[in-house]
Amino acid sequence: MTSPTTSMRGPLQVDAEVFSNKRVGDYHHLTLVADGIAERTKPGTFVVVSVGGDTSGALLRRAFSIYRVRPAGVYGGTVEIVFAAHGRGTQWMAGLAPHDPISVVGPLGRPFALPKEPVACALVGGGYGSAPLFGLAERLRERRCSVHMVLGAATETRLFGALEAKRAAQSVTVTTEDGSVGIKGLVTDPLPGLLNRGVEVVYSCGPMGMLKAVTEVALQHGAWTQTAVEESMACGIGVCMTCVLPVVGDDNVTRMVRSCVEGPVFAGDKVRWDDIGTVPPGTFGAPRVGH
Amino acid sequence: MAALRPEDVDLSTVLADAHLDNPVMTASGCAAAGRELHQFFDVAELGAVVTKSIMRDPRAGRATPRMAETASGMLNSIGLQGPGIDAFLAKDLPWLLQHDARPIVSIAGASLGEYAELARRVGNTPGVAAIEVNISCPNVENRGLVFACDPFQAARVMSVVRRDSARGLPVFAKLSPDVTSISEVAAAVMEAGADGLVLVNTLLGLEIDLDLMRPTLAGVTGGLSGPAIMPVAVRAVWEVAGALPGVPIIGVGGIRTGADALRFLAAGASAVQVGTAIFSDPSAPVRVLRELRQELAARGIAKVSEAVGLAQAGQQQGAAS
Repeated sequence: MTSPTTSMRGPLQVDAEVFSNKRVGDYHHLTLVADGIAERTKPGTFVVVSVGGDTSGALLRRAFSIYRVRPAGVYGGTVEIVFAAHGRGTQWMAGLAPHDPISVVGPLGRPFALPKEPVACALVGGGYGSAPLFGLAERLRERRCSVHMVLGAATETRLFGALEAKRAAQSVTVTTEDGSVGIKGLVTDPLPGLLNRGVEVVYSCGPMGMLKAVTEVALQHGAWTQTAVEESMACGIGVCMTCVLPVVGDDNVTRMVRSCVEGPVFAGDKVRWDDIGTVPPGTFGAPRVGH
Repeated sequence: MAALRPEDVDLSTVLADAHLDNPVMTASGCAAAGRELHQFFDVAELGAVVTKSIMRDPRAGRATPRMAETASGMLNSIGLQGPGIDAFLAKDLPWLLQHDARPIVSIAGASLGEYAELARRVGNTPGVAAIEVNISCPNVENRGLVFACDPFQAARVMSVVRRDSARGLPVFAKLSPDVTSISEVAAAVMEAGADGLVLVNTLLGLEIDLDLMRPTLAGVTGGLSGPAIMPVAVRAVWEVAGALPGVPIIGVGGIRTGADALRFLAAGASAVQVGTAIFSDPSAPVRVLRELRQELAARGIAKVSEAVGLAQAGQQQGAAS
C-alpha cells in the first residue's frame, strides 16, 4: 500500500489551528498552521475547510484558493486564504480567533500551467480572486517571465492585494467599476493594451462572467489562457460530482468535468462559458435527441 | 458485560454469502469508485467499497446546481453521471481489485433490460463481492415511475438481476424510504430473489433559493442525505428487521460516528455504509470503523453479530418486565 502521508503528492487532511484572522477591506485574511500543505502547494490549487465546529449542522466543506503558503521552519507550516463572509459558513470563519481548531484538506486540484519560455504574462484577478495570483507571479518570475497584474473590483474595498501587486509584478493596473480607485471600468478594459504590447499568456481568477470576458479578449489577440473557476462544491476531492461544468477535451468532445479534480484551472478556450449550468446537447453521455 | 480491549473485538461480518472483514462500507455515490478516497486511507481497510451506481451507457448527469446544503444534511441531484459499464469494467473495477478492496458494485437501469444486462456483465466478473441494486431510478417503460416505489416493479427488477447474476453472488436491493410501507417492498424484493437489503436511499426533498425565488437545484428536487435522515433510516431498519427476521440488512443514512453505526446494528443491521459524512471528512469510513470497534469493546460486545438487533431484544425485555 502507498501511504498517503509519506508521499509528497496528493492532498492531506490536517487538524489545523488558526494563526491569525485579519480584516482586509471587505475581506478576511486567514492564516492557518497546517503542516505539510505548503510543501505540496502549487499556485492555483485550493483547500477545503470544515465550518461551524463539532456541533455544527453545516456538513459541507468550503473551498478557497490558496493565497500563500510557508513551509515548516521554526514554526509549523502555514497556509493562507482570503474570503468574503457572504454565507453562514464564511461568517463563522470570520469569527475565528488565534488557536481555534479547523480541519483543512489540501492542496486540491490542478495548478496553473506555466509557460516553458520566458514570455510576458498578464495576471487578472477579480475581487479576492487575485489571491492565488501572487504565488503564481513568483513562479513566473523565477522562470524569467515578465508579470503584469490587472486587479479589478466593484469598489476599492473589494480589491485584494493592490499594494502587494507592486512588489510582485512589473506593472500593475487597477480598475474599479465605481472609479473609487484606478481606472473606472472593468478588468477587460486595460487588457487589449497589454496584449498589444506583447503579453502572450493571460491567467485569470474571479467570477465566471469575468473569466469568460477575459478569455474572449485574450483569444481575440491569440494569447494562451488559464482560468481558475469557482464552482459550488460539496467535497472538493472528486467524489460528489456536484461541481461539474462543460469543458471541451483534446478530442473535441464536451464532457461534464469536475472542477475540483480536473480543474479548478482550465484553458479558457476549452470551457463552454455560455453553457455553464446546462448539459449542452452533444455532451458525452447527454440524452440523445428522440431518446 | 465487562469492557474488552478494542483489538479483541471480532469485526468480521457475514452478509448472505459475502464474508467481510468488517461491517463498514462506503455508501454508493459518495465514494466514486474508491480511487479518490485512497489518497486519505487504504480502501482495503473497509469491509467493502460500494461503487457509485453504474449504468449501461455513459451519462452526463443533470445540469447544475446539483447540490444544496440543508440543516444537518444536503440535497443532491446528480442524475447518475458516470462512464458506463464498459469503462467501469475496463478501469474502475480492476483498480479496486488491484488495491485489495472488496467491491460491491451498485447498478442502476432505466429498464428491466438494462438491469438484466448489467447483472450479466457485473454479476459474472470475478472479484465482485456483491451487487447492490439501485432501484430508485425512473422506469422509462412505465411512465418514468421509480421502480423502488412500487413493490411489483421493484420485485421484477430483483428477479431479473438474480436470474442473470452468477449463482452464489449476493444481490442486495437498496430501498427508498419514500414509500407507504417499506416492509411491503422489502418482502416483495426478498420473495423475488434478493439476498439482502440496503436501507435506505435518500429521501426526496426540495430547497428554495429566496434570492432567486426558485428551487435551488436545477433538477428541482433532490435526494436528502446526511445526519438529518438518520432517524428515518434507523426506523426503516428496525421495522424491516422486525417484519422479516433473519434477512441480512445493510444500514445507511446519516452515519457520522461509530456510535451512529452501532445504533444501526442494534436496530437490526448486520453492516453499515458511510456516505455524506465523507464529504466533510474524507477519512470518515475508517474513523467510523475505529470508533465502532471502541463502542463495541466498551460495552463488552465481542462480535459484531452479537450487536445485531440488540435493541430489538432490549425492547422485548423491557416490554416483558
